[in-house]
Amino acid sequence: MHIPDGFINAPTSLAAGAVAAGGVGVSLRRAAQTLQERQAPLAGLVAAYIFAVQMLNFPVAAGTSGHLLGGALAAILVGPWAGALCVSVVLVVQALLFADGGLSALGLNIVNMALVTAWGGYAVFLLLRRALAATKTGVTIAAGVAAGISVVLASIAFVVEYAIGGTGGAPVGTVLAAMVGVHTLIGIGEGIITALTVAAVLAVRPDLVYGAADLKAPLVLDAATREAAGKVR
Amino acid sequence: MRSNLRLFLLGGLLVALGLAMLVSGFASSAPDGLNKVAEDHGIAASAKEHLFENGPLAGYAVKGVGNDRVSRAISGLVGVLVTFGIGLTLFALLRAMRSGSGNRKGAAPTRAP
Repeated sequence: MHIPDGFINAPTSLAAGAVAAGGVGVSLRRAAQTLQERQAPLAGLVAAYIFAVQMLNFPVAAGTSGHLLGGALAAILVGPWAGALCVSVVLVVQALLFADGGLSALGLNIVNMALVTAWGGYAVFLLLRRALAATKTGVTIAAGVAAGISVVLASIAFVVEYAIGGTGGAPVGTVLAAMVGVHTLIGIGEGIITALTVAAVLAVRPDLVYGAADLKAPLVLDAATREAAGKVR
Repeated sequence: MRSNLRLFLLGGLLVALGLAMLVSGFASSAPDGLNKVAEDHGIAASAKEHLFENGPLAGYAVKGVGNDRVSRAISGLVGVLVTFGIGLTLFALLRAMRSGSGNRKGAAPTRAP
């Protein structure tokens, strides 16, 4: 979903750049306030993992592919602030090293693929978690569905940008229908990859999953607690 | 606990490298959703060339490497390690900022008793 240079006019790209800078600024501040010690290296790993999985384009329809965006996944694993930063790092590396995503479109791409997916995806995840059981299965299902919806939200964000400053002649309604249609399919792939990844981390290190912090409340396994628990027994 | 976390990070990094270097060779080369829509509706024509179009790793193809699989594997290796390096540094700095400000009340903000 990387926008190349030229699809969206300069003023709109510039405005998106300002929005992206503001969003990244807020994320930096909030992540600095809330990021836990053991989540810091995990966030680095999440960024690297998203870079890797974004290389894996899967076929969705005749002559069309999609790849993970990863914002919802990152937000569920390390929180919405650090999560938005993870995807932003990936987008900067892709634009600078791999010429993937235009330089003038970097702000647009950060808005769509980092901010909208991480924040929007996490908001949907929280809503779903209220409706689902507070179990690992509940978290996994909420993660998958929220990630799928986040892709559609990102595609709508592109259409908004296209409506404001698109350089092509296609009617906005046509682009909206086409974008939402194909990204609903891509969202299914995003949902499956996200659910599998969250389930894998929950199986190995459930304590590292930000969006599942409430699940392991009775199991605070730092050395002191373990010692105390041993004495009680 | 600490060594356990290191092991987890190492395992995760190996998974990421495996996906980016090996599995990526099987990825679809069809245009992604946005590019397909752009092609179908006459938006693609307005794309401009990327400033770094001729960079050594542009388009995940390594300059001077003819074999697609090898080229993609090298791109994956470089991309994963660079992203991991930048990510680790960024989040370590953010943590250091918080320790420096003396604000430790958030040591376990999401942990209910």
